[in-house]
Amino acid sequence: MSQFNYFNDMSKQLNLDGELKNQIKPRWQRKMDNSINNSSMMNNSKLSISYNSSYVSALANMTVNNPNKTPNKQTYAENASKKKTPNDKKSPGRKTPTPNKNRTPTSKCGGDRFIPNRGATNFELGNYLIKQEQQKQQENNNEKNSDNNIQKSPNDKIRAISEALHGVDITKKRILAYQTKAPAPPEDHLNPLKVVYSTKTPMSMKSGSRYIPTIPERILDAPDIINDYYLNLLDWSSDNIVTVALGQSVYLWNAGTGNIEILFENQGSDHTCSLSWIEEGRTLAVGNSNGAVELWDCVNMKRLRVMNGHSARVGSLSWNSWLISSGSRDGNIIHHDVRQRDHQVGTSNGHSQEICGLKWSLDKKFLASGGNDNIVNVWAAEGTSGTSSTPLHVLNEHQAAVRALAWSPWQSNVLATGGGTADRCIKYWNINNGSCTKTIDTMSQVCSILFSKNYKEIISAHGYANNQLTVWKYPSMVKQVDLTGHTQRVLQLAMSPDGSNVMSAGADETLRLWKCFAEDLTVKTKKSAAKDKTSFLTKQSIR
Amino acid sequence: MSKQAIKNSITLKGSAAIIKEYLNYGVNSILFQRGIYPAESFVPAQQYGLTILVSKDEKIKDFLKNVLSQAEEWLALNKVEKFSMVISNVSTKEVLECWDFRVDSERNDQNKDPNVDPTNPTSSKELKKIQAEIGAVMRQIAATVSYLPLLECICSFDLLIHTLKDCDIPDNWNETENVSIKNSQVVNLKSFSTGLHKLDTVVSYKMTD
Repeated sequence: MSQFNYFNDMSKQLNLDGELKNQIKPRWQRKMDNSINNSSMMNNSKLSISYNSSYVSALANMTVNNPNKTPNKQTYAENASKKKTPNDKKSPGRKTPTPNKNRTPTSKCGGDRFIPNRGATNFELGNYLIKQEQQKQQENNNEKNSDNNIQKSPNDKIRAISEALHGVDITKKRILAYQTKAPAPPEDHLNPLKVVYSTKTPMSMKSGSRYIPTIPERILDAPDIINDYYLNLLDWSSDNIVTVALGQSVYLWNAGTGNIEILFENQGSDHTCSLSWIEEGRTLAVGNSNGAVELWDCVNMKRLRVMNGHSARVGSLSWNSWLISSGSRDGNIIHHDVRQRDHQVGTSNGHSQEICGLKWSLDKKFLASGGNDNIVNVWAAEGTSGTSSTPLHVLNEHQAAVRALAWSPWQSNVLATGGGTADRCIKYWNINNGSCTKTIDTMSQVCSILFSKNYKEIISAHGYANNQLTVWKYPSMVKQVDLTGHTQRVLQLAMSPDGSNVMSAGADETLRLWKCFAEDLTVKTKKSAAKDKTSFLTKQSIR
Repeated sequence: MSKQAIKNSITLKGSAAIIKEYLNYGVNSILFQRGIYPAESFVPAQQYGLTILVSKDEKIKDFLKNVLSQAEEWLALNKVEKFSMVISNVSTKEVLECWDFRVDSERNDQNKDPNVDPTNPTSSKELKKIQAEIGAVMRQIAATVSYLPLLECICSFDLLIHTLKDCDIPDNWNETENVSIKNSQVVNLKSFSTGLHKLDTVVSYKMTD
């Protein structure tokens, strides 16, 4: 029997003209079935199968149509609507292919699509002009007046173009130029500003008369150091302690033992803007972002005093025995007498913008201040009130903010100043008459200058392009050596009390210690020997 | 009445002279700061409490003198809208940078005083204050070096004056067309005013990439 059953089935399948038996039953029959079986499971499952297959085919369709895997929203929606099954999860409204579509062009770099940047286009104006033109065309068509059309169009066109390009109606304006033009620069002229922009290999090292190590003795981490040209965040005390402000905290680094201590941490959004040791060491003056000057005892780690007075941050400080002068963003210099209850003894007002450099001369007779207004003021010391109310000299030859200031230890009347990016010069001034005695273009922003105590040399710190420290012979200003290593501009220099080491703080969050002014041992022994000799001689002569 | 006499006042002519002076120093400063001419051809001059480098090239001096004296004349008649200093590549003539000095006349915001003749307006702004304002602009011009792109090729400059239509064209002057810079970036600098004229300084330059 089974073989007959098989045969029957086969013939049913092959016979196309025969009665449809395995197909979906007519409606009346289904109803009857339902009533008989009281269960519609079979039919339902059949339906769902047919839906699934259509969904699969839709997906297949999609992938074939879009080989670059960007689901085309339209075809997807079409396919989705085709299936017509109220399936919540896969309804076209919910599953939005748009984010995917948006992402593809950016993620696929170097794709074949050109995406124009229309940032510079004025759409509204363009739309308006186009609309207007269309309107006009319609009007012209209506009028059918060809003469008028020809007469109108060229002027209109010019006006429309000029309006679109320059925003002004050119027919109402005139642009005039003088016929004889200015002469062109000489053919071989090379823009001297190239140094500001181009990174070159360090300039050839001039072999100086002595050996200067070109690699730093030590590199310390300085995380979060504030990269601000107008702040002074490093100083080295006579007790051999380096203080540096990193982020909101102020740290002390003992250069002898290598001990690191945190002095204090600012609260809230305040931060330290300047640091300066009193000459005797031990007491540190701190300039604040809210305009206060604080005094700290660094042996007992205690704050001694808060002295208010400024309306803006204090970016520079300088001591003159018991007098501390503070330069602020408000352009004022205030002299505080730290011994008195009424500490504010004098104010010097000579800058219109932030003061970023402030230095008392070594003999304490003059105060030099450099500001963001490109001016260096020299003030004469005056009794108890700090300085005179008007500057002795106003030196305005720098073309940029002046932060680097240094007084010569050999001649009390010589001041060295260095300007910022637009200036790049180190200038020497004779303070007795206020004249500039020498100018050297350093090809880079000057951030700091120091005179060496041990040699007749100066060291300057620079920014872009090489971020180097440069040692110069004084007064010839022959370059001795470039000390490179910082990967960003050098913000500040500080010299050790014995004058042999220089510490540089870079915007690359490192402090580097350079042993560039170490005294030559042979010279030293010779000197001491000579001293001995003379003492011996004097002894003899006394006898 | 005696108060009236000592009160300092700037006439339209005086205001034009102040602007002429500013343009002269401004253009010279730009020429130096942008390195268009060799640095050796400049000499320092003291103005606005600053040291401004001024070209000593006779031809440049002549050119500026001619253009600016004519400009002053038009300024005094309030016929100028804008000065443009156009810096272009000598060989390709491509415009690389354009400094616009826009002039706005400011006569209606004051001079409600019935004593003042409306045809001859004056300003009571202190000269010192104006010069301080100009000094601030000059400093900004010097500071633009840090962000403007390097002019690597040999460049020349020209001055265009945008005037009203009713302005006569004198001898040796020509009408030209406006310049435009492809892919430009615009930076507004500080502005200053004499009380009669307000001057905005704007630099537009070609982006390198």
